[in-house]
Amino acid sequence: MNMEIKEFIEHFAEQFDETDISEFKPETVFHDLEEYTSLIALSIILMVDEEYSVTIDGNEMKSCVTIEDLFNLVQKKAEQ
Amino acid sequence: MSYNPFSLEGKTILVTGAAGGIGRATSIECAKLGAKLVLTDINETGLTETKALLEGEGHECVSADLTSQEALDDLVNSLPMLDGFVSNAGVTKPTPVKMISKEALERIMSINTYGPIYLTQRLLKKKKFNANASLVFTVSIGGVYTTAPGNAMYGASKGALQVFVRNVALEGAPRIRCNSVNPGMVNTNLAGRAYSDDDKAKDMETYPMKRYGEPRDVALAIVYLLSDASSWVTGHSLIIDGGKTLY
Repeated sequence: MNMEIKEFIEHFAEQFDETDISEFKPETVFHDLEEYTSLIALSIILMVDEEYSVTIDGNEMKSCVTIEDLFNLVQKKAEQ
Repeated sequence: MSYNPFSLEGKTILVTGAAGGIGRATSIECAKLGAKLVLTDINETGLTETKALLEGEGHECVSADLTSQEALDDLVNSLPMLDGFVSNAGVTKPTPVKMISKEALERIMSINTYGPIYLTQRLLKKKKFNANASLVFTVSIGGVYTTAPGNAMYGASKGALQVFVRNVALEGAPRIRCNSVNPGMVNTNLAGRAYSDDDKAKDMETYPMKRYGEPRDVALAIVYLLSDASSWVTGHSLIIDGGKTLY
């Protein structure tokens, strides 16, 4: 795991209150996490905007299966 | 048959947020019913497009940033006497409470709450309203009748605006009237793209009428409140929400 995705996962995990930190891995299917809600999706969208200056919409969030998918999307959009 | 108690013939009406959504639809309907419009918005291109859609002659556009005190003064000084005022400009940024920032909150409050309050204050101070004028504010069911995740800033801005509407109604009577329309979710660009199509489809199911509103659904309610058909209605909140608040 390189540094960047590690940092991304830390920011991602910060949006949750109950889920154990060990649950957050690149391959984690985040839509299946018990605590994941539309409110947490909003938090993640805002976190990505604040930390990476990248705007992602609700449909893009939905299309990402794993945390790594989302990380890759953010990285791709940051380079554009 | 020419009988039409909702006619706006001979009335001059100021509409804020006229560049799109409910403001544009309201301007179109008011013009069809004979009103002369003064359209304002920060989005100049959208304003020009709206003006091109209006029936009749003599409509005006004034682009203005309603969060600027100087712009408000310039706008009010440029206005003719008014028979109607539709305060419609509004924004939102869906945000969980723990992610609220000073910048985002101040922007939403400035546009949704302070702008309408300061503009109303100046219109009254400068005596811009003819007798029997009607003021209509686009509030929302959000913040006043409903809560939704991520809607705290918007709800707070609209809740404050609703209280303002009732106070203007009281102070303005019997010379002028003041009411609000309180729409549920309407198909405009307001909410942006933070919610996915799936989330929207699920949310739509919570509306007994099984659809979101169209801007014209709200515009026609605003027309009623602007017209003399509602001359004994003041301080009222007219909910237009496809039955959402029935639950």
